[in-house]
Amino acid sequence: MRVALIDVPSYVRCRQVCEASLTATRCWKFARRVEKVSDEELFAWGHKACAGCGAAIAMRLMLKATGRNTIAAQSTGCMEVVSSQYPETAWRIPWIHVAFENAAAVASGIEAALKALGKKEGVNVLAIGGDGGTVDIGLQALSGAVERGHDFTYICYDNEAYMNTGVQRSGATPYGASTTTSPPGALSIGNETPKKDMPAIMVAHRAKYVATACVSFPLDFIEKVKKAVSIKGPAYIHVLTPCPIGWGFPSEKTIEVGRLAVDTGMWALYEVENGETRITYKPNQRKPVKEYLKMQKRFKHLSEEEIEKIDQDIEERWKRLVS
Amino acid sequence: MPRRDVIHGSRALAEAVKLCDVKVIAAYPITPQTHIVEDIAKFVANGELKAEYIKVESEHSAMSACIGSSATGARTFTATSSQGLALMYEMLFVASGLRLPIVMANANRAMSAPINIWNDQQDTISVRDCGWLQFYCETNQEVLDYTIQAFKISESKGVYLPSIVCLDGYVLTHTIEPVEIPDKEAVEEFLPPYSPPFFLDPKEPMTLGPLGDPSVYMEFRKEQEKGMEKAYEIIKKVNKEFGEQFGRNYGMIEEYNMENAEIALITLGSVAGTIKDVIDESKEKVGLIKIRTFRPFPKEDLIKALKDVSSVAVIEKDISIGLGEGAVFSELKGILYATNVHPNIINAIVGLGGRDVTKEHIAKIIKECKKPKQEVIWVGLK
Repeated sequence: MRVALIDVPSYVRCRQVCEASLTATRCWKFARRVEKVSDEELFAWGHKACAGCGAAIAMRLMLKATGRNTIAAQSTGCMEVVSSQYPETAWRIPWIHVAFENAAAVASGIEAALKALGKKEGVNVLAIGGDGGTVDIGLQALSGAVERGHDFTYICYDNEAYMNTGVQRSGATPYGASTTTSPPGALSIGNETPKKDMPAIMVAHRAKYVATACVSFPLDFIEKVKKAVSIKGPAYIHVLTPCPIGWGFPSEKTIEVGRLAVDTGMWALYEVENGETRITYKPNQRKPVKEYLKMQKRFKHLSEEEIEKIDQDIEERWKRLVS
Repeated sequence: MPRRDVIHGSRALAEAVKLCDVKVIAAYPITPQTHIVEDIAKFVANGELKAEYIKVESEHSAMSACIGSSATGARTFTATSSQGLALMYEMLFVASGLRLPIVMANANRAMSAPINIWNDQQDTISVRDCGWLQFYCETNQEVLDYTIQAFKISESKGVYLPSIVCLDGYVLTHTIEPVEIPDKEAVEEFLPPYSPPFFLDPKEPMTLGPLGDPSVYMEFRKEQEKGMEKAYEIIKKVNKEFGEQFGRNYGMIEEYNMENAEIALITLGSVAGTIKDVIDESKEKVGLIKIRTFRPFPKEDLIKALKDVSSVAVIEKDISIGLGEGAVFSELKGILYATNVHPNIINAIVGLGGRDVTKEHIAKIIKECKKPKQEVIWVGLK
């Protein structure tokens, strides 16, 4: 990907979308990062994802990072359904779908076969799952595969509910969110439980590399995927992928919603390598969470009191993360 | 030179896996299968078998990993039993649907509840519609010989379907018998290296396991059925080749004392040994038809073998609750319906959950099946 360096009008535009909020003097560094992004589109256009789908952006960026020498096993879910309707496919890499709960187990078989056949060198093995396929039904298979130390990278694209079946809550649905199985009502505030901290679970497995990402920060995500596949052993990346349909926002706002998730602290960008946590993007000043919540229908029922609770929870999570 | 050894059925199976140069094994422990994967683990640890052994965290993941491995082009094996097979159930359809020639050993064991670790065949009989070939063994020699043949059959062009080699839990897995173990060279000559027509390969990207909508799904299923039909032909061919090379002849079914027999007993697996003993001692004109290949179901062979008998007893270790009879009995009646072969036929349910099947039980069944009525009897029931 090429960018023009650096005239004033494009810098102004740049500034509006800049994930790093850089000053002009440091902008060239950012441009160099952009230049390293591959032009190759291995997740082909023409797939059936909804307009503004964050997960489809994640698939595209993910493959820009891994390149062609990659085999992927994907669990059942949105990205599988929209990308692989026979006789068409969006995948320009070898790709297999087996079932919902076992992408990591399938990937472990692929990795073992490559090793047994002497073909592993230079080939990345990916397992891809949505949040349901990862934090709920696929947790056991993922735990096993990571604990066994297979050389593979697991990508969880998190749209915070079972979107493919019509927006039912998952273990990754945030507190207070309305879904079709956690509707607010006289006796309910919506989803009653906090989001499962999946990256922490992966850190507890002593995965070689664990990172969080968001599609609104494409360079950060791409660089993390590159790092993950370059490290020998199991790596885990949890990428937040806003969903216009399930979250209730206009389809042109995907990137903006994702940015706000990070700028309000609802979602933090960090990586954990050898037990060391490094925050890869720190908002200059954390925005009030209300700005994020009010953009989405799934939170519109929340009272000021509930919003305050969410804000406090963010504060606590941040403290734990930076400590 | 082949060597003779006195070994457990589990060991015979592990020896076969070693001889077949399996590249990936993914397995989870379950009684009475564990000896198989323990022996294989030793072979891998000693370098006798150069393979990757994935110690998965469940049978569901075992079959999932096998699917990943086989789809990547490696000869792949797993072993399980009973509850483990049931946990794989979802994946069994995927393995056959993706046309992956995985070979699995199943130490036949009863299904819970109540939990029971002893032998019957409810586990594999219950997965008969999953698109896997099923072979049932009477002896440890058959266990070894059928495992080797299963790879060749499954990997044959036009078949590309997975196989289950069924050996009765404890009765074979934990019982020692003399077994002739062929040379590695001879097996290599019999079974060429696995080279699939398609596999996951970055040099030639391919999408496996796509979404098949109503406009294509039925065609995929029909192709699988055609694979089974092809398997029927290939099994006979492979049986013949095996006989020519190793001197042990097998068929879809085995007929014992069936010349001039008026009564035919039909069964699967190790209880055939007891039945043969009873036949040898019996004054009746009674013979045995042992079903070796249960999937594909040996329709033609059974019809031919039964055309001159007056009475038949299907002796089986499974029960279709709600129909009140065993699956083999139902299927046999089904295939005979369209023919003019209509002997008197009864069903004996025996040996569930490891209940001993004695010679007296078999003698009783022979007596019962001469009565002119069609019924289901539970033999050995208290």
